[in-house]
Amino acid sequence: MAQSIVVIDYGMGNLRSVAKAIEHVAAAADEVLVTDDAERIAAADRVVFPGQGAARDCMAAIGEHHLNQAIRQAVASKPFLGICMGLQVLLQRSEENEGTDLLGLFAGQVVRFPHEHRAEDGLPLKVPHMGWNQVRQHEHALWSGIAQDSRFYFVHSYHVVPQDTSLISGETDYGHRFVSAMARDNLFAVQFHPEKSAANGLQLLTNFLHWKP
Amino acid sequence: MLAKRIIPCLDVDNGRVVKGVQFVEIRDAGDPVEVARRYDKEGADEITFLDITASSDNRDTIVHVVEQVASEVFIPLTVGGGIREVDDVRRMLNAGADKVAINTAAVFNPEFVREASERFGSQCIVVAIDAKQVSAEGEPLRWEIFTHGGRKPTGMDAIEWAQKMADYGAGEILLTSMDRDGTKIGFDNALTHAIAAAVSIPVIASGGVGNLDHLVEGVTKGGADAVLAASIFHFAEYSIQEAKQHMAEAGIEVRL
Repeated sequence: MAQSIVVIDYGMGNLRSVAKAIEHVAAAADEVLVTDDAERIAAADRVVFPGQGAARDCMAAIGEHHLNQAIRQAVASKPFLGICMGLQVLLQRSEENEGTDLLGLFAGQVVRFPHEHRAEDGLPLKVPHMGWNQVRQHEHALWSGIAQDSRFYFVHSYHVVPQDTSLISGETDYGHRFVSAMARDNLFAVQFHPEKSAANGLQLLTNFLHWKP
Repeated sequence: MLAKRIIPCLDVDNGRVVKGVQFVEIRDAGDPVEVARRYDKEGADEITFLDITASSDNRDTIVHVVEQVASEVFIPLTVGGGIREVDDVRRMLNAGADKVAINTAAVFNPEFVREASERFGSQCIVVAIDAKQVSAEGEPLRWEIFTHGGRKPTGMDAIEWAQKMADYGAGEILLTSMDRDGTKIGFDNALTHAIAAAVSIPVIASGGVGNLDHLVEGVTKGGADAVLAASIFHFAEYSIQEAKQHMAEAGIEVRL
């Protein structure tokens, strides 16, 4: 059945790539809409919430576009996929920009990767964490058809630390182990970029479009 | 574990790939979309386009190239060449690029790097550094920044410049040895290592790759986070798969 998928547009980052990747895997009859319109978001069957850039700017943009309520409602009511900053802003507070209050839908913090040296070569741990890293998957419908420990494309300097560990749906090692995917009911949110993760990413987006939580 | 990346680089002039790409299966080797598709299929971790279009009238052609590639190739895309102001960055990102590489404009106006990274985030700002060895034999190694394809010296120390660019918000450094570029005798691994040790952002080694061992050495000796090459892939001397296999056999973590 044809469905409508909204990519929430609040001026933060590469929405075009996200929309293109979803169009690529969506059925011909599906409608993919990039919008900041609260009514459209409320009317959509599925919502994708991407985001790039600094935490403070993201929160300011969410405020300017009056999306706070629309995001909360979507998270509470329909299949919702958060990507990158679209994962981080769901928590309470980020260390970024001398401390930034986030949406607070889940208890927990967003912290920076530590300044340290890698054991293997003695060079500094590079931040941003940029490139293809493995995700240790916890059982979930959105990992369907994707091999355990598959690689996805990451680019970020901060990562989430949810208080409730039952939210964890994926973990990745970089310096230390961090949470790279979270799931609860109809919400799934990832730190990596499925829209830039070649076949594995497209499979995850396909799974999202077929997901019946 | 995070994989080391292999990045093929394409020179694009007026919307066409130049410096020859020779793949049997490709109908139009000058079509950047077709070449990008091929590299994606072979397992490239990212693709970099370097726009070498001389006339500013034809600058928009690269925008269309990026739009087309981004609608069918779902790996990160970087665009360099002619990125001079914030509007250039915005145009490329809107077209579907994930990162832009800023080169000469950073040298003449370092504040541009700060402005661009504050506006769009460090993750999409790559600073391209062209460096040349300036120390004489027997002296401690020293490299300086050059512009205009390695012809014009700036007098600026490469390590200090890389640190400054990282402070200004660069998310990554694309480091090209102008001594090695086009020589096919391998990266300047001493240069790469000096920069990789001095900054805490990822460093892409570039310039001089002639065989697959050179890619390995860029990581093992140079400490690079990613290796970039053009001609060895264009002329189908090696496929990206072969390159990755070779790196994996040398014990390097790659995405296979």
